[in-house]
Amino acid sequence: MAAIARAWSWFWLNPWVRTATRPPVTLSLAFLTLGGFVAGVLFWGGFNTVLEHTNTETFCTSCHEMRANVFEELKGTIHYTNRSGIRATCPDCHVPHQWTDKIARKMQASKEVWGHIFGSIDTRDKFLNLRHRLAEHEWARMKANDSLECRNCHSAQSMDVSKQNPRAAAAHEKDLFTGKKTCIDCHKGIAHKLPNMQGVPGWQ
Amino acid sequence: MRRLLLSASAAWLVAGALFAQEAPRLTGPEPFNKETPAPPMQRQVTDDFRRKRNYPDQPPLIPHSIEGYALDLNANKCLACHARKFTEQSQAPMISVTHYQDREGNTLGGVSPRRYSCLACHVPQTGAQPLVPNTFVDMDALVEREPRGR
Repeated sequence: MAAIARAWSWFWLNPWVRTATRPPVTLSLAFLTLGGFVAGVLFWGGFNTVLEHTNTETFCTSCHEMRANVFEELKGTIHYTNRSGIRATCPDCHVPHQWTDKIARKMQASKEVWGHIFGSIDTRDKFLNLRHRLAEHEWARMKANDSLECRNCHSAQSMDVSKQNPRAAAAHEKDLFTGKKTCIDCHKGIAHKLPNMQGVPGWQ
Repeated sequence: MRRLLLSASAAWLVAGALFAQEAPRLTGPEPFNKETPAPPMQRQVTDDFRRKRNYPDQPPLIPHSIEGYALDLNANKCLACHARKFTEQSQAPMISVTHYQDREGNTLGGVSPRRYSCLACHVPQTGAQPLVPNTFVDMDALVEREPRGR
């Protein structure tokens, strides 16, 4: 009890805290409110600028773990180059577009910074050894959010099955439109190479 | 003698060069190291319409797109529809029963390893016109042409 009281008085008697809690003596109210507003704009703008910078293909491929492995595999798939000239960059599929989900994913991604610093996949062999586990994480995430990142661009509502070949149309009508399956259930390994698929449902 | 031999070989060389000029070019641009534009990529046949086999043991052709399909040690996208256990949900033709046998004809539990790389025998088609006309004649057509005995 005495310890709490001591800590309490230490906190409130701290010169910085005393200055911060006392009303301003020389600064005007207008300066403080406007200054606070400007500082807020700068802080929030800076935060979002940095956030957006970490959400670019250049940033993702600036570390060799991504550039030498998964980015090389993305090249040559339809999500990298195609007839209409649209590219799905790394964050389009791996980071949700909505703010709350995006921040949640960004916090999870701090584990990836850890992995980069301590070199958990800094060689191709290390990466291939971990690939099944890493792929399982991505499949689980997309399964849980109903393939949210696919639906950033693709949606069942805007899908014209009459433009698809009969095989694809039948599969989408049977499984996607009825909600039985989500995109990632069938479309695994569309942008990167696959790990050993033994034991993964739908593969053999 | 020596002079004769020399002049004979010189004549042979000249004749060779002359004949070589007259011979038709078999392939490639003229001169051979000139770069020519690549021919346009042909569209794949993706109409899902089964093609007739030209002879009974011809590996069936693939009438759909296989772009981006995994086929390596880790994964085989073909089998995700054509393997026996997936044919009900995919309604795709099952791979032939011979693919579940080893080379001695013993039936195996799964796909025989020697049948694993589908694209070694089964290929998709494009709209490309053949560069050389094909004179293949169907066996049935050959038989029909034979006059009937007796």
